[in-house]
Amino acid sequence: MTKVNVLYFASLREALGRSGEALELPAGVATVAALRAHLAARGEAWQALGEGRNVRAALNQRMAGADAVLEAGDEVAFFPPVTGG
Amino acid sequence: MQASTEVSVQEADFDLGAELAQLSAGRADVGGIASFVGLVRDVNDGSGVHAMTLEHYPGMTERSLAEIVEQAKSRWALLGVRVIHRIGRLMPSERIVFVGVASRHRGDAFAACEFIMDYLKTQAPFWKREETPEGARWVDARETDDSAAARWERPAEQGADGTWDEVEQRR
Repeated sequence: MTKVNVLYFASLREALGRSGEALELPAGVATVAALRAHLAARGEAWQALGEGRNVRAALNQRMAGADAVLEAGDEVAFFPPVTGG
Repeated sequence: MQASTEVSVQEADFDLGAELAQLSAGRADVGGIASFVGLVRDVNDGSGVHAMTLEHYPGMTERSLAEIVEQAKSRWALLGVRVIHRIGRLMPSERIVFVGVASRHRGDAFAACEFIMDYLKTQAPFWKREETPEGARWVDARETDDSAAARWERPAEQGADGTWDEVEQRR
């Protein structure tokens, strides 16, 4: 069983109505892209994570690409492009 | 001498004069200090802005700022770097961000200061939410910020950590 901690920030956090969740990865969900697709498939507000939406990801607090591989205990974050400075 | 580095993410304002002075305090090898101060504007995208709230990703924010500073130190000869980014609710004309860079010669200080700001804008996990007469809205990222950061990429470094290429591909 692979359990990861998922975090949501900014407009994504608002759209989803939550700032995070502990999630057990279903079989076959092993990358950032697969996790994103799995979450988007929940439908309704979760389509904010869908393909074509401008969403960035971080794995263990570093910017991560779609192919980044997930491991048990990882912290995965999804958020819109950053706007600091 | 080892360049000193300090990164702060805080709600409180900061003392510009004190921060600038600190960059060369107790040393005589600093030939120049370049700095940037970002402020809250009262207008953005055609709407009045009466307040702004900065959200961030605690932990990753500090780490990404420290990494950006390390990259700057590996590219230019720097004698001191200071980055302060505020979070929480800010009013127009309040300071948001400070970057100060000390070096022997101005070229390194100017370039590193601009590099740090350009990377901070696209890599550090901060998000702005503006309060306008039409309601609150999240600020959209600007394409010009990505192109500003991309101009610092060197062919030998592109794709070195995979991050840039993969982020680009996902657009």
